[in-house]
Amino acid sequence: MHPAFSVIFLTTLIGVGQGMFLALFSGQTYSAVELLPTSNSARFYATGAFIALLFLVGGLIASFFHLGRPERAWRAASQWRTSWLSREVIVLPTLMMLVFVYALMHYFEWDTVLFTNAKGARLQLTLVVACFGMLATFALFICTGMIYACLKFLQEWHSPLTVINYTLLGTASGFALTTAFANLNAPELMRFYAIWTIIITSAGGITRAASLLRNAQLKPKSTLQTALGVRHTKIQQKSMGFMGGSVNTRDFAHHKTALFLKNIKWIFIVLAFVIPLLLLWLGMQRRDTGILLAAFIVQYIGLLFERWFFFAQANHPQNLYYQTV
Amino acid sequence: MTQLALVIDLNVCVGCHACVTSCKEWNTSGPAGFMTDENPYGKDPTGTFFNRVQTYEFGEFPNTETLHFPKSCLHCEDPPCVPVCPTGASYKRKEDGIVLVDYDKCIGCRYCSWACPYGVREIDEKQRVMKKCTLCVDRLYDETLPVSERKPACVLACPTSARLYGDVHDPDSEVSVAIRESGGYQLMPEWGTQPANHYLPRRKTRKQIHEDELVRADNPLKKEQRGPSKPISEPTLDDSTSW
Repeated sequence: MHPAFSVIFLTTLIGVGQGMFLALFSGQTYSAVELLPTSNSARFYATGAFIALLFLVGGLIASFFHLGRPERAWRAASQWRTSWLSREVIVLPTLMMLVFVYALMHYFEWDTVLFTNAKGARLQLTLVVACFGMLATFALFICTGMIYACLKFLQEWHSPLTVINYTLLGTASGFALTTAFANLNAPELMRFYAIWTIIITSAGGITRAASLLRNAQLKPKSTLQTALGVRHTKIQQKSMGFMGGSVNTRDFAHHKTALFLKNIKWIFIVLAFVIPLLLLWLGMQRRDTGILLAAFIVQYIGLLFERWFFFAQANHPQNLYYQTV
Repeated sequence: MTQLALVIDLNVCVGCHACVTSCKEWNTSGPAGFMTDENPYGKDPTGTFFNRVQTYEFGEFPNTETLHFPKSCLHCEDPPCVPVCPTGASYKRKEDGIVLVDYDKCIGCRYCSWACPYGVREIDEKQRVMKKCTLCVDRLYDETLPVSERKPACVLACPTSARLYGDVHDPDSEVSVAIRESGGYQLMPEWGTQPANHYLPRRKTRKQIHEDELVRADNPLKKEQRGPSKPISEPTLDDSTSW
C-alpha cells in the first residue's frame, strides 16, 4: 500500500495522546490506593491531560488531510454498525471530550472524594471520569487497529497482532512522553512511569517482532492464476490498459525498492525500541528531563518509520493486475 | 432476487478498448458529472475510468496465447467495499444488486478502495469522491431509450459481442446459460466476495481424428475385388505431355 502521511501522523499522534492519558489514569489510580505519592493535581494531571488532548487534536487534524471531502466528515459517524472507521470517528471525539473534561476538572480542582475506605483508599470524581476515558482509549485502539485488521485480503494486516501493536506502541509512546513530563512536574512519579514505559516498549517490541515474523512467512492467497482464472504457470502481463498512471498504480504501491523497505524496517526497530529503551534507562538513572524527552522524540520518529513500513509492507491483491505498463 | 451483471467472453474479446471508450463517453456526460482527465495530452496522463482492458500472455514462445482481459466493478453479491464505508455512500441496491456510490455522501476516504481486492474503485482527483462502474444504471431503466438500448454502454459497443448483460439469478437468462454451458467463472473466488460478473474462459474447438479414419475403409474397388493399380516405375506419357 502507499503510505499516506496523513494516516501515519493520525495513528501515531492519537497513539501518543491515548498513551499519555492512560499513563495519567494509571498514575492517579496508583495514588488513589496510595501506592504512589499524590501529586499536584492542577500542575500535573491538568497540564498532562491538556498535552494528551493536543496530540489527539493533532491526529484529528492530520486525518482531515486524508479525506477528499473533509467538509462532509460528519457523515462518517453514521455507519457504526458495520464500519470500524465509522466507529473510530465516533470514539475519537468522545475520548477528546472526556480528556478535556478530565483536564478541566483537575485544573479547577473539582475533585470531590466520593468515598474513602477504611485503609485510606479514596475514589475521586476525576477518577470516575478517567475510568470512562480509559474505556474510550482502549475502544479507540481497537477501532484503529481493526480498521486495518478487518481487511481480510490484506493478509499482512489481517491478524490480532495489528490491534495489539497499535495498542502497545501507542501506549509506549504516551508513557514515554509522560515520563519526561513527570520528571519536570512530579519527579516522585518519574521512576514509576519510566519503568512502565520500559515494560510496555519491550512488550511492544516483542509483539511487533512477532508480526514481522508472521508476515515474513505469509503466502499470498491470490495469484495471477486466480485473478485471471487462467490455469497456466507462466503468465505475463503485457499491458495494464493505459500508459500513464492511475489510482491503481499510485495508491496501492510504495514505489520503493525491497532494500529500501528492509532499511526502514531496521531503522524503526532501532529508533522505536532499542535507543528509547537505552535512553529511558539512562534518563531514569540520571533523572535528566533532556534524555527522557529525547527518548520520547526518538521513539516517536521511530514509530513514524514503523507506521510507514506497516503500510508499505501490505501487499494488496489488486497489484496483481498492475505489473507492467 | 435480481442480480444484474456482465458476463465477459474472453474467447471472443479482441482487446479493441471499444468498451473502455464507450463507457467513458457515456459516463463522463452523465448526470453524475464528468470523469476527470488530467494531462490527457501531456507527459503523465491520468484519469478516471470505470473499465479497463488489460492484456496478458501465457505460455512460452512459440506456444503463447494472448488474453485480453476487460475489468470493471464485478458487483459482488457480498461486496467487501460496502460494510467498510463510514458514511453509507457505498451501497448495494436490493432491487437489482448493482453496487453504487452516492457521490453526494462520499467523503473520499479511500477505505472502500482498500477493501476491494479487484482494484476497481478509483478516486476522482477533481471531484474527490470514489467512483466505479454503475452498470450504466442511468441507461437500464430509461424509458426514453428503445428497449434494445437499455443496456450498459460497453455491452452495446462491443463489436464481437464478448460482453453479455443480464440477470445472473434467473437460470434461463442468456448470462446464466452462458455461465452454465460455457464454463463461466468468478475472479479471486478465494475471498468469498461472490462477484456477480463472470468470465467465460478461452476455449478451443478441436476435432479428434483417429488413424483408421485417414484410410478409406469403404473403398468400392475393394468390393469388386479390384485393388488399385500399383505405382508404375517407368516414365509414362503423363510425365512429358500437358495434353
